[in-house]
Amino acid sequence: MSDHTLLFALGAFLFSAGLLIVLTKKNAIMILLGIELMLNASNLNLILFNRQNPTTYEGQFFALFVILVAVCEAAVGIAIILKAYHYFHTSVPDQFSDLKERN
Amino acid sequence: MNPGQLTLYLFVFTAIISVLVMIFTRTVFYAALALTVCLISMAGIYALLYAEFLAITQLVIYAGGVLVLILFGIMLTNRISGKPLITESHHVIKSAIISAGMFLILLVTYQKTSFDQSQSAPAPGNHINKIGIELMSNYVAPFELGGILLLVCLIGAALMASSFKKNDHV
Repeated sequence: MSDHTLLFALGAFLFSAGLLIVLTKKNAIMILLGIELMLNASNLNLILFNRQNPTTYEGQFFALFVILVAVCEAAVGIAIILKAYHYFHTSVPDQFSDLKERN
Repeated sequence: MNPGQLTLYLFVFTAIISVLVMIFTRTVFYAALALTVCLISMAGIYALLYAEFLAITQLVIYAGGVLVLILFGIMLTNRISGKPLITESHHVIKSAIISAGMFLILLVTYQKTSFDQSQSAPAPGNHINKIGIELMSNYVAPFELGGILLLVCLIGAALMASSFKKNDHV
């Protein structure tokens, strides 16, 4: 088994572990952590695909912009979770019962 | 087995162990710390794959920025009682079947794809230098769009997280 096969398997494992965390955990912050893990698995794959053609840098640039969008997603996600905690006093999405402000 | 390969195996092992900790722990704080370990070992893997700029970016932005933000989020959504934030799991069997299926699909796809192995020798020269030149010539439009996206996210997140209205209820 070559190193690249091992790293492809690691990327697949990280992606499916992130999917498992997103699907099973109830807390919104754990869901956010799972999404970050899946984005990192995709970054690992992009860099590995870039290694197939090392004279260009397309894969690395894709990974760079994925990191950029992931940062934005984390910032807005944490802001939404804090705001929802402010109203519902919990960060479990199952217990968010209404979209409107309660009177 | 040369030292580079040994380091690579060490990083892969650390990443897998920390992801397993993330899956099986119930404390959200421990899961965030395990994610930090996973991201740092993946930065090591990037550096071993000749993506030095991405390794540094991963360390600075993810392990330094995003994880601190998430730890703030964990601490701010914790009740005052001092108990750690515990998460429960649901749909465990169904989700395990779905993600195992995803893993198998990805592995079979890699197995069936024929990659060109002949070109995978490292390119000589300074990669970071070339990446900077490329970023400012061929990729300048996505770079500027990324800057605008970051600015919009900064303002939006700050507006959303702050409660500046006087008649907000607690």
